[in-house]
Amino acid sequence: MKTQLQILPLIAILALFLIGPILIIFVVSFWDYTEFSLVPDFVLTNYVELFESSVTYSIYLNTLKFAALSWILTLVIGFGVAYFLAFHVRQLRWQVILFLVCTIPFWTSNIIRMIAWIPVLGRHGLINKGLVNMGIVDQPVEWLLYSDFAVVLAFVHLYTLFMVVPIFNSMMRIDKSVLEAARDAGASAMQVLTHVIIPLCRPGIAIGTIFVVSLVMGDFITVQAMSGGQSASVGVAMNHKRALLQYPAAAADAMILLVVVLVMVAMLMRTVNIRKEL
Amino acid sequence: MARTPAYYLMAAFFSLFVLFLYGPMVAIMVLSFQGPDGGLTFPMNGFSFHWFGDLFKEQRVGDFKGSFLRSMALALIVMILTVAISLAAGLAYRKSFKFSGTVFYITVASLIVPSILITLGIGLMFDRLGLEAHWYTSGMGAHLTWTLPFGLLIMFAIFNRFDKSYEEAARDLGATPWQVLRYVIIPIIGPSLVGVGLFGFTLSFDEFARSLLSIGSKNTLPLEIFGMTTTVTTPTLYALGTLTTAVSFLIIGISFSTIAFLERRRRRHGSDAGQGMV
Repeated sequence: MKTQLQILPLIAILALFLIGPILIIFVVSFWDYTEFSLVPDFVLTNYVELFESSVTYSIYLNTLKFAALSWILTLVIGFGVAYFLAFHVRQLRWQVILFLVCTIPFWTSNIIRMIAWIPVLGRHGLINKGLVNMGIVDQPVEWLLYSDFAVVLAFVHLYTLFMVVPIFNSMMRIDKSVLEAARDAGASAMQVLTHVIIPLCRPGIAIGTIFVVSLVMGDFITVQAMSGGQSASVGVAMNHKRALLQYPAAAADAMILLVVVLVMVAMLMRTVNIRKEL
Repeated sequence: MARTPAYYLMAAFFSLFVLFLYGPMVAIMVLSFQGPDGGLTFPMNGFSFHWFGDLFKEQRVGDFKGSFLRSMALALIVMILTVAISLAAGLAYRKSFKFSGTVFYITVASLIVPSILITLGIGLMFDRLGLEAHWYTSGMGAHLTWTLPFGLLIMFAIFNRFDKSYEEAARDLGATPWQVLRYVIIPIIGPSLVGVGLFGFTLSFDEFARSLLSIGSKNTLPLEIFGMTTTVTTPTLYALGTLTTAVSFLIIGISFSTIAFLERRRRRHGSDAGQGMV
C-alpha cells in the first residue's frame, strides 16, 4: 500500500502529461480539418496523404541522414573522450574534474549554445576570417552556417555528452586486470581495444545511441535554426503543418514519427539492460 | 607507467574537444561586451555594457524581465517536484510492485518520445478540454516529462550503491519508517538528491522544445530568446546569452558547493573517530 502511494505521483504525471497527450494526438490524427477548425471524424486521409506524398520519404531520408551522421560522429568523439578520461587520466581527482568540464555545458541552454556558433561560423565569423587571412580561400565560405553542415555540427556539439557519460561509465567498470591479462597474453594495444574494451563498452554505446538517435530523429529546433530554414526534418515539417493549423495532419505525422523512433529504440534496447547499467 | 605518445595524442584530442565545447560560448561572452557601434562578429569595437543595458529597456527586445522571472519560478517548482517525486518513486522501486516494469519503460519512453509530440499533445489536450494553457500548469507538466526520467534514473544509480545495513541498524534500534527516511536515508543520499535538483532546475530553465506549445500566452526565457534570434540583430542577443549562462553557472556552483558541504557534514557525523571510550 505504501509502495503504491510512493509510485503514484510519477504515474499520475506520466498519465496526465505523456500518455494523455499521445492518446489525444492519436485520436486527432483521424480527424478532418478545414482552414479554420478541427472536425471530429474518422478518416484515414491524413495518413493516406502522408504515405502518398514523395516529400514524406525525402524528409525521412534527410532526417535519417542527420541521425546517422550525428550518431557516427558523437560515437567516435564520445568514445575517444571517454577513453582518455578512463584510461589515460590516472588520478580520480582529475577524472572527476575533467568529467565535469565535459558535463557542465549540458546544464546550460541549448538555444544559446546554437546561437554561439554565429560569430564562429558566420560569413564574417572567426573561421572565415582566418581562412581568408591565410589566403586559403578568396571569398568567405558560405556553407559554414545555415547549412546541413551547421546542423550536424550543432547536433554533435549538443549531444556528444550523451555518448561520453554512458561509455565512460562502462569503461570505469572494466576490471583493470582483464586488460592486463590481455596484454600478458600478447595482445597489442589495438587488439586490447577491439577485442576487450569495445565489446565491454557495448551497453554504454547502446545507451548513448538511444539518446542521440531519438533526440536527432525528434528534433525540429536545431534543424530549423542551424539550417536557417533551408533544410527539412520530420519535426520541422510537422511544426510547419502545426503552424498552418493543420493539426490532424501534424498529428498523423507525429504518430508515424513516434512509431519509427520507438521501433528504433526497441531494437537498441534488446542489446542492453538499462537498469543494470546504472 | 611512462607517458606514451598515445597519451599526448589523446590529451590533444581531449583539449580540442573542450575547445569545441566552450569556444563558441566564450566568443559570445566576449562579444556581448561590444562597444555601442560593434556588430555580431569580431573584431571588438570598443568595450561597453551597452547591450546589457539594452536588455532592461522592455520595449526594445521583448519581455526579458518577465520571461526571466517566469523561467526562474517554473524551474524552482519543477526542481522541487522532480526531487520529491523521483525520491518517492526511487523508494518504491526498492520493493516490488505491480507493473513496475511497465512504469519503468513508460518513464524511459518519456525521455525518448520526440519533444514535439509532447508539446503538440499537451497543447491539443488543453485546447480540447477547454482549459487555458499556463506555464505553471501545462508548461510545468511538459517539463516534468523531461526531468522525471532523469530523476528516476539517478535514483536507481543512488539506490544501487546504497548500503541497506544502515537502515536495518536503525530499524533494529526501534526507528519508525519515517525516522529511517528522515534520519538515515536522506542524510546519506542528500548530496545525490542535490544532483537530482540540479538536473530538475537546469533542464526546466533551459527547456525549449517541450515548452513551445504548452506554455500558454506568456513566454519563458528560452522561447523569448528564440524569438529574438529572428528579430534581434545586435549583440543584445549575446548579452542575453551571457546572462542566462551566468545564471546556469551560478546554479551549478550553488549545487556543487551544497554537495561538498553535505558530503563533509556526512563524513563528520558518520564517523566516530576520536570519540571512542578506550
